[in-house]
Amino acid sequence: MSENPREIMEFDVVIIGGGPSGLAAAIRLRQLAPDTSVCLIEKGSEIGAHILSGAVVEPRALDELLPHWRKTGAPLNTPVSEEHMLYLTPTRGYRIPILDRVMPHMRNHGNYIASLGEVCRWLGAQAEEMGVEIYPGFAGAEVLTENGRVMGVATGDMGVGRDGKPGDNYAPGMELRAKYTIFAEGCRGSLTKQVMEMYNLRKGVDPQTYGLGIKELWEVPAELHRPGLVQHSFGWPLDDRTYGGAWMYHFGENLVSYGFVVGLDYPNTWLSPFDEMQRVKLHPSFRPYFEGGRRLSYGGRALSEGGLQSIPRLTFPGGMLVGDTAGFLNVPKIKGTHTAMKSGMLAAEAVAEAFLTNRVEPGSYTRRIRESWLWDELRGVRNIRPAFARFGMKGGALYSGIDAMLLRGRAPWTLHTRHADNETLEPASISPKIDYPKPDGKVTFDKLSSVFLSNTNHEEDQPVHLKVRSTSMWKTVNWDVFRSPESRYCPAGVYEVVDEQAAPALQINSQNCVHCKTCDIKDPTQNIDWVTPEGAGGPNYPGGM
Amino acid sequence: MKVLVPVKRVIDYNIKPRVKADGTGVETAGVKMSMNPFDEIAVEEAVRLKEKGVATEIVVVSIGEAKSQDTLRTAMAMGADRSILVETDSVTEPLAVAKVLKALVDKEKPDLVILGKQAIDDDMNATGQMLAGLLGWPQGTFASKVELHDGKATVTREIDGGLQTVELALPAIVTADLRLNEPRYASLPNIMKARKKPMEKITPADVGVDMTPRLSIVSVAEPTGRKAGIKVGSAAELVAKLRNEAKVI
Amino acid sequence: MTVLVLLDHEAGAIRQASRSAITAASKLGDVDVLVVGRNAADAADAAAKLPGVKKVLSAADTTSADELAEPVAALLVSLADGYSHILGGSSANSKNILPRAAALLDVQPIPDVVEIIDADTFVRPIYAGSALATVKSSDAKKVLTVRASAFDPVATEGGSAPVESVATPAGEDTSKFIGTELSQSERPELESARVVVSGGRGMQNEENFKLLEPLADRLGAAIGASRAAVDAGFVPNDYQVGQTGKIVAPELYIAMGISGAIQHLAGMKDSKVIVAVNKDPEAPIFQIADYALVGDLFEVLPALEAELDKAG
Repeated sequence: MSENPREIMEFDVVIIGGGPSGLAAAIRLRQLAPDTSVCLIEKGSEIGAHILSGAVVEPRALDELLPHWRKTGAPLNTPVSEEHMLYLTPTRGYRIPILDRVMPHMRNHGNYIASLGEVCRWLGAQAEEMGVEIYPGFAGAEVLTENGRVMGVATGDMGVGRDGKPGDNYAPGMELRAKYTIFAEGCRGSLTKQVMEMYNLRKGVDPQTYGLGIKELWEVPAELHRPGLVQHSFGWPLDDRTYGGAWMYHFGENLVSYGFVVGLDYPNTWLSPFDEMQRVKLHPSFRPYFEGGRRLSYGGRALSEGGLQSIPRLTFPGGMLVGDTAGFLNVPKIKGTHTAMKSGMLAAEAVAEAFLTNRVEPGSYTRRIRESWLWDELRGVRNIRPAFARFGMKGGALYSGIDAMLLRGRAPWTLHTRHADNETLEPASISPKIDYPKPDGKVTFDKLSSVFLSNTNHEEDQPVHLKVRSTSMWKTVNWDVFRSPESRYCPAGVYEVVDEQAAPALQINSQNCVHCKTCDIKDPTQNIDWVTPEGAGGPNYPGGM
Repeated sequence: MKVLVPVKRVIDYNIKPRVKADGTGVETAGVKMSMNPFDEIAVEEAVRLKEKGVATEIVVVSIGEAKSQDTLRTAMAMGADRSILVETDSVTEPLAVAKVLKALVDKEKPDLVILGKQAIDDDMNATGQMLAGLLGWPQGTFASKVELHDGKATVTREIDGGLQTVELALPAIVTADLRLNEPRYASLPNIMKARKKPMEKITPADVGVDMTPRLSIVSVAEPTGRKAGIKVGSAAELVAKLRNEAKVI
Repeated sequence: MTVLVLLDHEAGAIRQASRSAITAASKLGDVDVLVVGRNAADAADAAAKLPGVKKVLSAADTTSADELAEPVAALLVSLADGYSHILGGSSANSKNILPRAAALLDVQPIPDVVEIIDADTFVRPIYAGSALATVKSSDAKKVLTVRASAFDPVATEGGSAPVESVATPAGEDTSKFIGTELSQSERPELESARVVVSGGRGMQNEENFKLLEPLADRLGAAIGASRAAVDAGFVPNDYQVGQTGKIVAPELYIAMGISGAIQHLAGMKDSKVIVAVNKDPEAPIFQIADYALVGDLFEVLPALEAELDKAG
């Protein structure tokens, strides 16, 4: 872009991403080797701006990392006190009995309902106090390599116009060079994607599969608030071939976290995850809680569901992958924070060791992962999500019951995920259309007024960060075969088809993008490439979210 | 020439402000805070004056809680040379802020003070004018252009229906309007360097100012939403209603 | 209690916003008014005719001829004794002058008042109107500006007040008026226009956007656009009204072919009167429009122009 070479700054370690895994890695590094210079960059405008999770947090990793977290004000204040798993029909909800026997992974005693964004802000403060340099508002845009070794990351140029040329306020990116670079971008990281290709990290492992979680934060009248309540549902409105369900967690000051996850291996192109999420609020098992409530925020984010079988090779010369970008989320538990943090801590330990032994590749990370409770945990649940994919919802539920109660996760076999999520969509012509109710403006809402509450903003004059590789492919595949699934699966209304009757074309409202990564995952021919927009853009999820 | 630029930490302009359920104010806990956008413009203008060789030193000051340090660091990353934090947990009203700034002006003796025309939280649009009054200095408010020459500032101001130009003898006060400039990004290298620039910390008591606000908040509420009006059947009916009923044409 | 209102005037006529300020002032007590500047004499005569005005103070001297903040604030301070409140309309002029006077009187000004509860208690918008704050002032004297749209202006005739001459205190002469450039309309600025006509996706293309011009001409309106129209390339970005564009609060906002996504509403919801024309009866904009016309905008546009051409 610019003729002048970029400014360079050297650190011992650079961490890309300020989520739980990146922050845990940063803190652990400074604990083990207090003289290590650690630089952490985060594309959101502040730590927590892009963090979206339910969340029910298992404090296991936090107990190991910062044992005094209770005394130092970590925002984990609402212990889980009541939990239900409901099977929904269109009109009723049936509680699964003896839940902790039938679904032992769901045992939430000792866990906390919290805003993961606030937890990250707290972790960020701890990290800064320990001397980690954190720079929010800067996106990692380019992986730096030299002789096959990752040397760090370059932040994105700022002030580039829509036409790709430097504008009046052009500020070139900076090179952050480090001996070891930790990729902590969360699910479907954009730089991780490049690194996986560069080093063929996915060779021999199952494709990663994903879910899309769409969430709202509500403030409800005090009389309806049941702090500590954890409620999940499955069944209606999804069909047997579509994985997913709703959550509702009560916590804090009259706050309710509500959301819906849809497995992105869904086959029906007419499915709209947003509309499914909205209509479940109308179900009698959920509706009463929203009466007289106020919707505070909205957002969406993909999550990694592949589990053990989909974890790629984790290290490469000069770096490693931590957290959801590698895919450590425990799907049946519906928890990924504790495993993400643990992976970050193990990465820090491996890096500390690599400094001493002067290794190019922090290879002991993989061994540490395999020897930890993280691996045991994921191995125990490895067959559950693939069973749902293989046998459908009913079959999967049956299998997971057997797996949990009889096999206790020690099945001698391992089910595999055979298809990537983008390969499972079926043509529009053979898929049943779904009749979604119109929003009522009180409990259910339209997409645009929802995106409004995510406080999403991007600098207007910048290149569109959603790269459609081939416009003709969009027409012949996305439109002709699937009738533009992206205009339905995107939770932010980024993709719109204009002039459907005469000359259908795709309009991209990139301003709305909440950085969920679903389009990068689900596009049938992988025709959409999500690259990071200018730093500080995207959602600004508020406290409580 | 020394330039003083006051900056305020406010709720980020991208965040939809939320009224607290108890009606005592707008929720600021856990909400992203940033430099007031008009103050960014003021800082940018000062930095441009320095780049032109007109200003020799830029001092930024913020009156507010301890976290206002972040705002001062951003200003220094944009190009300010040093900063002063006047730490207080009190509500910061323009009258008291102007008094604190006057005390600092008396000490620092800048030739020019550039402020944002208003803060996007209280929308007071008063501090610059009040500081000018207390100092007895000339003021050029809502500036869309500022030119300095021979000890004078020629300020083009945005007024209702057009532009007005005034010439002020320095020292003077200028308040920045939206179209004055487009602020630069605080680049990462500059953010890193700004960490080392000096920041002085004092309190309002150190300069003899009582921050007690004159206005007390009785309540804060969301505006009542608009409701649908009436349907009209034709252009003729519409024009008649706009003429005779709404009286807007 | 007696209130002093600083009036804005143009070519010898008192501006509508100032007449609204007089209505507001009347709620607080007896109303005296002050006119300064060139044409102060003509303005004083016009002010004397305003109903509800007890006395007109006129400063026709050269010191405040240009209505600069420094001398006018000093004048206000010299007159302040005996007045419990000093008011102005929320004009650039009042906002420039009144806070300076407030500082000299050691009081905290209260800008953009939309409701007067009592002599000490006022309602004003904060956070660009996202919230309304009711505040109580502990100052003995109050300095406020009031939003014109919140108070109906007094009539231009019906009163007859005495006119008294006052002298502006001599000042330091550190500020000099150079000139004024009023935008002779091609079109008014979007943000300060009294009337705005906006087009949305329904305009269909760039060419069609020009069809808004005859209507805008007749109404003396600025032309705006929704985000959708800008994204579709019908008009450049500086036409955009909305959350990421300009926030406007005109007296009349006419939305042609705009669906009314909340991002757009965020930019115009404070308009005094909203008119929406859209062929979709379910368009969300109809939920907040004062006057809704369901129809084809390409038919409505020429019909509106024809109606406006007829004498009112």
